[in-house]
Amino acid sequence: MADFDAWQPTASMDSLRTRAQVMAQVRGFFALRNVLEVETPMLSQASVTDVNLRAFETRFSHPQSSQEQVLYLQTSPEFAMKRLLCAGSGSIYQLSKAFRNEEAGRFHNPEFTMLEWYRVGFDHWQLIDEVDALLQEVLDTPPLEIVTYQQAFIRYCDFDPLDISLAHLQQQTSRLGFNDIAQSETNKDVLLQLLCCELIEPQLSQERPVALVNFPASQAALAKLEPEDPRIARRFEVYYKGIELANGYHELGDPQEQLTRFENDNLLRQSKGLPTITIDNLFIQAMHQGLPDCAGVALGFDRLMMLKRQSSRIEQTMSFFIDNA
Amino acid sequence: MANYSTNEFKAGLKIMLDGEPCNVLENEYVKPGKGQAFNRVKIRKLISGKVLEKTFRSGDSVEGADVMDTDLSYLYNDGEFYHFMNNETFEQIAADEKAVGENVKWLVENDTCTITLWNGSPIAVTPPNFVELEITETDPGLKGDTAGTGGKPATLATGAVVRVPLFVQTGEVVKVDTRSGEYVSRAQK
Repeated sequence: MADFDAWQPTASMDSLRTRAQVMAQVRGFFALRNVLEVETPMLSQASVTDVNLRAFETRFSHPQSSQEQVLYLQTSPEFAMKRLLCAGSGSIYQLSKAFRNEEAGRFHNPEFTMLEWYRVGFDHWQLIDEVDALLQEVLDTPPLEIVTYQQAFIRYCDFDPLDISLAHLQQQTSRLGFNDIAQSETNKDVLLQLLCCELIEPQLSQERPVALVNFPASQAALAKLEPEDPRIARRFEVYYKGIELANGYHELGDPQEQLTRFENDNLLRQSKGLPTITIDNLFIQAMHQGLPDCAGVALGFDRLMMLKRQSSRIEQTMSFFIDNA
Repeated sequence: MANYSTNEFKAGLKIMLDGEPCNVLENEYVKPGKGQAFNRVKIRKLISGKVLEKTFRSGDSVEGADVMDTDLSYLYNDGEFYHFMNNETFEQIAADEKAVGENVKWLVENDTCTITLWNGSPIAVTPPNFVELEITETDPGLKGDTAGTGGKPATLATGAVVRVPLFVQTGEVVKVDTRSGEYVSRAQK
């Protein structure tokens, strides 16, 4: 972009009109299903422990305090929405801004719009059906296909990702063309994520949306483990035309297990030389009150718009991009 | 040489890969919502000329390559080496056949070429975008024909073969675009 028109929006007016229409369509979709729209704070006293996320920090100068308070811009509205669920909200959804530092590119802007929703009484399979219904309504897609993480690796990488040893996984990664990373990386999940990004995602969902299900337990994030098979978690990701669109869980309800996962994140942070993050106590307190059995999913709204408009870059769906925000 | 992290990989950065200096062409950020970030980098190897894609973990770093471009005049070929000179310092540099490669057919005495040096040694020679060369051989064309009918092949003084319009004759000097290898016009002389 030449300097003289740097002030111009990065989306066309037509694209902004489509965006507004889809927002209205999404609100209609949830109104019909009696899911309550909510708003939760974007500024929070606590942040996430996830090793691969970095929150923006800012400082609050309270008019009645001489001390500034550190606040974080939310990386997703998950914890606040779960506190509402613990307080008895019933099924809820939110269309909100989320912020992630160090993320910018064709599919990333550090400030983006997330559509996140929770369905009380649903498991992840029922929620996948609802994501499918939403995609069919907004994008007119063919019915979604379910593929397990294990099937995807066997199909595109020719090995079984569950129960694999580090040495064997390094060998496979090297065979598949990533020798440098294979030799220096000792975290199995990083190697699996590399192969998933480079070899599976681009091929997986060209014809129809795909829900990749049964992620390894080590990548459970905030999902319940599968009671029948503790190697896998009740976590899914939805892709369409190679784009990662949504991530969902049959939500973990055990506060002790939740706390342990946060603590493990912090241990992993320490081993990588990253700062540890203060665990969100208000969230853990709410979990002790009791999270109703529910499934939840976060869907990148700007990416949904990329698919709707067949845009090649995310800034074509937003009024202004980080480069000219 | 300094090390560069993936977030410094801009187009044009010169880095070392598998012992060969490379030019970064593109750098794409890839990150799963839950998981490690990667950079998918498109690279041109400067000696073999091969273009390839390589994935790094975001934050990985690699050694920079001591590569610089310098503009020098082409002097002559002694049968083995191609000699170039800096017109201000009169310092001379000899490039071998491998460094000159296919561009040998565009080397015109006294033309200014860009020589790419790696650790001080020439690894590539880029001719000017336009060179003027005499036609040494072409079929006599039809009188009165103007450009646009496909033309005919013409051999130039350096051995290069380009398509020229039918009206251009042996002995004439023509201007050629070295990037596409296409005839531009008769030389203005």
